[in-house]
Amino acid sequence: MRIECPFCGERDHSEFAYLGDAGCARPAPGAADAQARFVEAVYLRENPAGAHRELWYHEFGCRSWVQVTRDTRTHEILEVRLAGASAAP
Amino acid sequence: MRYSLASLLRQACSGHRGWEPAWRDASPKSAYEVIIIGGGGHGLAAAYYLAKVHGLTDVAVLEKGCIGLGNAGRNTTIIRSNYLLAENNPFYELSMKLWEGLEQDLNYNAMVSQRGVLNLFHSDAQRDAFVRRGNAMRLHGVDAELLDARRVRRMLPILDFDGARFPIQGGLLQRRGGTARHDAVVWGYARAASGLGVDIVQQCEVTGLLREGTRITGVRTTRGEIRAGKVAVSVAGHSSRVAAMAGLRLPIESHVLQAFVSEAIKPVLPCVVTFGAGHFYVSQSDKGGLVFGGDLDGYNSYAQRGNLPTVEDVCSGGMALMPAIGRLRLLRSWGGIMDMSMDGSPIIDRTPLEGLYLNAGWCYGGFKATPAAGYCLAHLLAREESHELARAFRLDRFATGDLLDEKGQGPQPNLH
Amino acid sequence: MSSHRLAGEGAIQRDQTLSFTFDRRGYTGHPGDTLASALLASGVRLLGRSFKYHRPRGVLGAGSEEPNALVELRTGARREPNTRATMIELFEGLAARSQNRWPCLAFDAAAVNSVLSRLFVAGFYYKTFMWPAACWEKLYEPAIRRAAGLGRASGEADPDTYEKAHAFCDLLVIGGGPAGLAAALTAARPGARVILCDEDFLLGGRLNGDRHRIGGESGALWARRSEAELRSLPEVRLLTRTTVFGVYDGNTFAALERVSDHVPVPRPHQPRQRLWKIVARRAVLAAGALERSIVFGGNDRPGVMLASAVRTYVNRFRVAPGRRIAVFTACDDGWQTAFDLIEARLDVPVIVDARRDPPPALCAQARRLGVRIMPGALVFGTRGGAGLEGIEVRGEEGHVSRVRADTLAVAGGWSPNTALSTHLGGRARWSEAIGAHVPADLPPGMIAVGAASGELSLAGALRTGAAAGREAAGSAGFDAPLEQWRTEEEPVGSARLWSVPGCRGKAFVDYQHDVTVEDIALAVREGFRSAEHLKRYTTLGMGTDQGKSSQLTGQALLAALTQREPAEVGTITARPPYTAVAIGALAARARGAQFKPCRLTPSHRWAEERGAVFVDAGEWRRARWFPLTGEADWRSTVAREVAGVRTGVGICDVSTLGKIDVQGADAGAFLDRIYANMISTLSVGRARYGVMLREDGIVLDDGTVARLQECHFLLSTSTVHAGRVMRHLAHARQVLWPQLDVQLASVTEQWAQIAIAGPRSRELLARVLGDALEVAGAAFAYLACAQFLWHGRPARLFRISFCGELGYELAVPARYGEAAVRALMAAGGTLGVVPYGTEALGVMRIEKGHAAGAEINGTSTAADLGLGRLVSARKDFIGRVLAARPGLAAAERPALIGLAPLDRRARLSTGAHLLPAGAPATLSHDEGFVSSTAYSPTLKHWIGLGFLSRGRERLGERMRAYDPLRGEDVQVEIAHPVFYDPAGERVRS
Repeated sequence: MRIECPFCGERDHSEFAYLGDAGCARPAPGAADAQARFVEAVYLRENPAGAHRELWYHEFGCRSWVQVTRDTRTHEILEVRLAGASAAP
Repeated sequence: MRYSLASLLRQACSGHRGWEPAWRDASPKSAYEVIIIGGGGHGLAAAYYLAKVHGLTDVAVLEKGCIGLGNAGRNTTIIRSNYLLAENNPFYELSMKLWEGLEQDLNYNAMVSQRGVLNLFHSDAQRDAFVRRGNAMRLHGVDAELLDARRVRRMLPILDFDGARFPIQGGLLQRRGGTARHDAVVWGYARAASGLGVDIVQQCEVTGLLREGTRITGVRTTRGEIRAGKVAVSVAGHSSRVAAMAGLRLPIESHVLQAFVSEAIKPVLPCVVTFGAGHFYVSQSDKGGLVFGGDLDGYNSYAQRGNLPTVEDVCSGGMALMPAIGRLRLLRSWGGIMDMSMDGSPIIDRTPLEGLYLNAGWCYGGFKATPAAGYCLAHLLAREESHELARAFRLDRFATGDLLDEKGQGPQPNLH
Repeated sequence: MSSHRLAGEGAIQRDQTLSFTFDRRGYTGHPGDTLASALLASGVRLLGRSFKYHRPRGVLGAGSEEPNALVELRTGARREPNTRATMIELFEGLAARSQNRWPCLAFDAAAVNSVLSRLFVAGFYYKTFMWPAACWEKLYEPAIRRAAGLGRASGEADPDTYEKAHAFCDLLVIGGGPAGLAAALTAARPGARVILCDEDFLLGGRLNGDRHRIGGESGALWARRSEAELRSLPEVRLLTRTTVFGVYDGNTFAALERVSDHVPVPRPHQPRQRLWKIVARRAVLAAGALERSIVFGGNDRPGVMLASAVRTYVNRFRVAPGRRIAVFTACDDGWQTAFDLIEARLDVPVIVDARRDPPPALCAQARRLGVRIMPGALVFGTRGGAGLEGIEVRGEEGHVSRVRADTLAVAGGWSPNTALSTHLGGRARWSEAIGAHVPADLPPGMIAVGAASGELSLAGALRTGAAAGREAAGSAGFDAPLEQWRTEEEPVGSARLWSVPGCRGKAFVDYQHDVTVEDIALAVREGFRSAEHLKRYTTLGMGTDQGKSSQLTGQALLAALTQREPAEVGTITARPPYTAVAIGALAARARGAQFKPCRLTPSHRWAEERGAVFVDAGEWRRARWFPLTGEADWRSTVAREVAGVRTGVGICDVSTLGKIDVQGADAGAFLDRIYANMISTLSVGRARYGVMLREDGIVLDDGTVARLQECHFLLSTSTVHAGRVMRHLAHARQVLWPQLDVQLASVTEQWAQIAIAGPRSRELLARVLGDALEVAGAAFAYLACAQFLWHGRPARLFRISFCGELGYELAVPARYGEAAVRALMAAGGTLGVVPYGTEALGVMRIEKGHAAGAEINGTSTAADLGLGRLVSARKDFIGRVLAARPGLAAAERPALIGLAPLDRRARLSTGAHLLPAGAPATLSHDEGFVSSTAYSPTLKHWIGLGFLSRGRERLGERMRAYDPLRGEDVQVEIAHPVFYDPAGERVRS
């Protein structure tokens, strides 16, 4: 797989470290049901057969976290953008 | 027909015309007491033990394609019970005991070969961790031996003891570990289960679950609706997808793991060896090929294939461990979809939906667990309570914090 | 010699002769020969033995699909088993041996298996060898293992080297036959970057083996001219002897170039093979097609060959595979073999065509040439011993005739070489038109052309190749004109004959694995009715040829036996590699000492000079201890180093600890969320111990945090977790809290850091630092930190200690690390400064009860480690919420404890489990384990750290430290983990 890093251009995926599901935002720590929400965010991650929004870290490059949308059935990369608020959907 | 040398000789005289199908290729009935989704090793074993141990024969195993072509037919065939945690070790030892009597039980030669599993260590810290694990095994009566480098060398002169970046210091050996012929395990369970009256239904893909309130009452399939008192999901790799049909989310990610086999050569490796300083483990099949693997590719995937960096990584592990395989050729590679749980340990449990049971999250350890997973899933289905050796494999342990993390990697499936 | 060599040119260099041996007998050949062609030229027909029945086997084909002619190539450490004689380019001194036979190839004792073949049917081993159970490992399996396997590995380390190369191009052309050459020429002429790979050492593909004509010249000549033109173009790379063996995601292709396999040993500085990783905008699959054999009785006898291979040996290598060569064909193509043989003045006794009505033009030509033709007839048996002597033919009317022949050329039709088109999961489609699978659903950017796409004619190959080349050039922005190459009409046509009914003798589908048509019938009878089950049950197609010569035929027979169409049965997914690849090539340089990088500390050279003994800590190599002459063993060395630190002063290079620079207005707030304890309250010029959790509440790492300036922190991490912590922090900054004003940089490599510890460390520092920094008295209290200039260079000092003594860590730019160590040693000479290594460091941290890697093992909570009091209740931080889960907060969780043997002479062993005194050794009594142990030179007995359920409530309890693995069982006393200076007075002194 080749991932188009927003800073470095197209690079082999072996330059990146993988974290997984990009959809699970950190829940509000003060909420009454915080523990249940954290369990969900940490353990019940998306695992679709199809388009998957996921986080990769360009560890052997610019050390940016990028959000990749990738089809898990074909490994086709549909979109790459910087992760975090600067890349708000 | 019973399999034996005598029946083989008899058939040889009549041109082998009298052999019957190993299992009945059943058409689905409209209802069963128990439906098991997934015709892999686990599902077929569960069906067999339901019939054999619990006398439940109104059972169907539904397989979307042909039996045994998922992870049951894509693994590297290793069996072992060298686990650390007190919740895991007795379970895998039950599996090992079942392996040891499997052929006589099933009347099928699954080539269970207890040739030994040797985990090499290359540092003091690694040795200490192995000693802790080996002692945990011994406390449960499981065999474990600590070998120093000299004894490893005597056993495996083909390994690199001189020029290695991370020299071999020794190894933890489980002599009762080894390999089994994966396809034969599937076929043996299928034949035995079918012989006891279980319906094995191939080309029958489950497309939905029938539900009344919070109760699951059957399945929708490509061959029609089938009702059932209980439905068990045993579809490693696809657990999340089937669970989603019931509106459940699981603490599981699907990851690709590649496996490899070399061309066949005369015997060079007497046992299963895992490299402790890189991603590589290997055994030699009875046919002569080196069967080996390494780490996950590391990203969610349902593609049943991996990429080149992992191939290179695994082969460099192999060359670092045994540079004598440099001119040996990699013949085939393939990928399986691993049900990676969030703590690296499995789930055999009820679900929040009545009538729906789950056998999942086997990571890359599912093959060796086949007999015990089937045994304990059958127990859960028949008795409505977890088998005592599978009690820790709960679905809610992530919420309660009773994690079973052998490696201490945390909720990061690609690191387990 | 060379009794079978024909006159005429071909593609061999007759003016040179090469000597080689096969099974120790000497032969000769020419440059341009393969081992197979040279042996055939010398009249050698028996090359190997089959896997199961040990039947004699000769050469079947002329390419990489060869299932039979496998040999052990070269000798000694370079021995390479299972090497296809058809792919071995002849070189001077080549030595090859036959394999899988005993005692010799001509007489193989295991051929007795053939007699037992009625027992040894598909899957027989699943039905027997079950009794008695213990005999499997002891008796049956060893016998099977010895019998199985093909060649022998050398057993020695591979002496050759391999390398990897990367390339990028507009168009990758896979296959250098007519279609591939047409594609490459068309795309490259206007300037597209083209890479063309072919597994052969000669470009041209079938043009070399056939007598085609293109534009008035011979096909072989056209190929030479095309090659020359391509070589003249600057953006073209031609890679012969190079097999594209895998297609991967992102238009990435893997290819293996056999750089030196055609020379006796690699030339100086040359690798044996090179692994190419090619990223190609477009790929053209021009891999051609594979000819199929036909299944009939005795179809494995040496002398039975593929018709196209017979043509190749005659036309390209100028070798007559036999004297009397019969042809058995099911399609037009086989006739061409007969005509070529006659052209070469060889005897063709008969053309047996399974079809009742072969094209009249072919019949007429055969008659003109005086060849007997038998339309509607079938070869159903062969005669001979280890070589073909005659064939048995059943005519249209059922009459049987015997024909004397020493070679039979079999033409069973062509199967497009679709393998690479399915590597990404696409399925090949059954084509009724050609009776084989053709590529459908190709990988992104790939176009199949020529025979690989089912276009079996030369004209079709050139046309589709050129069109694909134009398309690929267009996608790279080049306008490529199409050239029309003129070719003659030629007979092509598909065959549908898979097997001959009513055979005499065994009829093989898979030659290498001895899978017969009866095995397939048996499998079907037993319910193995899918292509995949058939493969697994019979081992059809699982040999070294990966089923190239057998898969399709097997599936077609399966279809017929189950009354289905081949399209319904489907096919097996081809997986990488296309042909088997040396494991050494996939590893390349990453082996031996180069397996992983070796990271050296800044003071490594100095430590080497001091005779340090080193240890690998991950990729780092650190000084373990510094022995002095006369010391009895490493324990006395370590004891001296510990005593030196505890009573005087020692120095240790701790640069391997991770260092992360954190700056920004929100740095304090950020670190409050990272660490479980409060960081933002730290004053400038102060440092603090910190512990960070994973979000699941388990301790990730510990280290120190120093506040160098208001908005500038420096963190240290453990050596092993440096990468993971950096990733964790980057994630928190970029993904979780991008709004915070904070920046991170790993500075592990930039700074050398040296621990200076011991009661006299202040004195030593004062000497080396002089006026650069005041360290006396209260000026630099415990946990102070400072940045300053030392000899005009930036330096940092931290008053922190891992070993429990008055101590400092001095940081200087990495390149000055060695100089700093030398300066400290020089200044400390009169203070008796001792360098100490990781072992003494480890002993001292256990004496102080500090948790390290064995304790911070990914399953411990802060409370488990006795760090609960650090965890702040006044703020949120990563891991806070989930650490409160009942399973992580339970009272019976294991807690860090210290332990000492009751008998002070006894030693402790790491990895022992803790059992109540007197309790039997069972899992149910397992209450904890020993995580770290050391002999304490300070306390003069062994001490340890471990985890024990409810450990903190059990100080003073006596337990068993049980280590059956090492045969040890020691009575221990549970103690507070801090053995040395529990009040911590020494670090503050």
